[in-house]
Amino acid sequence: MFRFIIRRSLGAFVILLLISAFTFFMFFAIPQDPALLACGKNCGPEALELIHKNMGLDKPVPEQYFEFMKGIVAGRDFSVGHCDAPCFGISFDDQRNVWDTIIDRLPLTVSLTVGGLVVFLAIGIGAGMIAARKKGTLTDKSVSSLSLVFSSMQIYFLGPIMLGLLVYSTGWMDSPKYVPISEDPIGWAVGLLIPWFVMALIFTAQYTRMSRSTLIEQMQEDHVRTAKAKGMSKRYVFYRYAWRGSLTPIVTILGIDLGSLLGGAIVTEQTFSLAGLGQLVIDSTNNKDLPMTMGVMLISAAFILLLNIIVDVVYGFIDPRVRLA
Amino acid sequence: MWTRFKRDRTGVISACVVIAFFAIAALAPVISALYGKDPYTQYGLEQEGLLDPFGLPAGANGGISVDFWFGVEPTLGRDVFILLVYGMRTSLFTALAVAVPMVVTGIIIGLVGGYMGGKVDYWLGRLTDFMMALPSQLTLIATMPVVVAVFVSPNEETPTYIRTCAIIIVLWVLGWMSMARLVRSQVLTLREREFVEAAKVAGMPPWRIVRKELLPNLFTPILVQATYMLPSAILSIAFLSFVGVGYVEPTPSWGRMFVTAAENYEANPTFMFFPGIAMVIFVVAFNLLGDSVRDAFDPKSGR
Repeated sequence: MFRFIIRRSLGAFVILLLISAFTFFMFFAIPQDPALLACGKNCGPEALELIHKNMGLDKPVPEQYFEFMKGIVAGRDFSVGHCDAPCFGISFDDQRNVWDTIIDRLPLTVSLTVGGLVVFLAIGIGAGMIAARKKGTLTDKSVSSLSLVFSSMQIYFLGPIMLGLLVYSTGWMDSPKYVPISEDPIGWAVGLLIPWFVMALIFTAQYTRMSRSTLIEQMQEDHVRTAKAKGMSKRYVFYRYAWRGSLTPIVTILGIDLGSLLGGAIVTEQTFSLAGLGQLVIDSTNNKDLPMTMGVMLISAAFILLLNIIVDVVYGFIDPRVRLA
Repeated sequence: MWTRFKRDRTGVISACVVIAFFAIAALAPVISALYGKDPYTQYGLEQEGLLDPFGLPAGANGGISVDFWFGVEPTLGRDVFILLVYGMRTSLFTALAVAVPMVVTGIIIGLVGGYMGGKVDYWLGRLTDFMMALPSQLTLIATMPVVVAVFVSPNEETPTYIRTCAIIIVLWVLGWMSMARLVRSQVLTLREREFVEAAKVAGMPPWRIVRKELLPNLFTPILVQATYMLPSAILSIAFLSFVGVGYVEPTPSWGRMFVTAAENYEANPTFMFFPGIAMVIFVVAFNLLGDSVRDAFDPKSGR
């Protein structure tokens, strides 16, 4: 187990290095001066000069990359001041330390992603279980077709509708907002409830379908039949034998979905005007703020890779046949 | 296979719906001429009484009337029906232009990797893995301005056709991997089959083996995968436009309509439903069509 985590972390580290190189050289491979991008439409030579100095743009690109990567580990000195250890550079836009801005925004995106994940796993697996137990009935069919419709909806369509239903016309809830979990856990959950559900409904469908079909498959397995024949209660057989076996493929698609989950979080933030990493990356690309984009890319890639490792570890717990060494 | 597809009622209906969508997109100028409006004129600003002083449609239900079937757009005051028709045209055509190179690239990389094996396969596999490890939507957002900047200097306005090109390039480069994986795995199994070996022994040149022996057998999985790729391309284009790096006003597009709709939802909920429902119908129809095509080609895979 320990060795597995170490090995996966090393692999993730290599991927992060590659992503950083890809992002960095992509930005600098374009034929224009990156400072010009940052400078915008009314750019004076002094402003250009300042950005050049801030970025250290006078050096060759590989050296700049090296400086950048060194900055993440050891910190970096800019003409405008020192930048502490995890240094992702200084924003072109507001001259703030990129890392500080990211740290401000990260908790919201993490809350959205992880919360949404929990909600859609619960709804998806739950609905799949109901559909599988009542296979062939009206309940089964309506669960399946509802999940198809919801999966074809988009967050930016469903989101305003939910807002309209729950906030504007009935006033049952307040508009979604983010309260740090350390300050007020209940306010945190209530504030993000609508975004979680909107995000979850989009993703639920394939989990419902998957858990339904694997559960039905599992119910026909030999070990389940044996358990039934032994006279175990139906419920015990269902939960302890069939259900547990049906989780493996769900975890597999969960691992694949993690990347698009982050994409879902970006749209959700935009739909509900929540200021998280998604808005940060949209703003920074619209403002051509390269260090910020770079920082957000790396941090979110790291976050996704971390979730991936967690999913793989969970996989080993659920299915002992998967050896983690 | 065709007869099997015809017997599948869901499949036929969804195929009709999909064809209808493409017909509407292709015939958009005709529809515009018959309907007597175009997607750029700001009727709400030209005609008195269509928009109230806050820029919201004055009539009930988003200003739906005999003249404006789906109502009037808030703020800019364009006609919603024709805006939706042209928005679909933009999205569907861009998606087609994305899907074709995406599918072709996927096939080529998968074929080369699977058929050649060895080092080539290893490195193509690593490339695919790496591209898949990128957080996809985030990378889309981050690369869009870079690709645009390759074509236009930041001091100039970006013309629409360059935005379109940028969207196509970005989605293409970041979207071929699933097809490549699929083709590679299929080629790996096909390569060991007797008829391919027979062709090799008979001295067929590799290119001819690929063309005459492998590709015909790959047709089905490629087609099925492509029917899943097209709607996801449409959703990605809408996603880019929604977050503000794809199409921008005044180009009519699905994604932009959702932005306007979300901004005005509290005061004018009607506007959201036309692009929203159209998109739900389209995506549902396309997914059902994909399932039906798969079932028709491969009767063993039950739903």
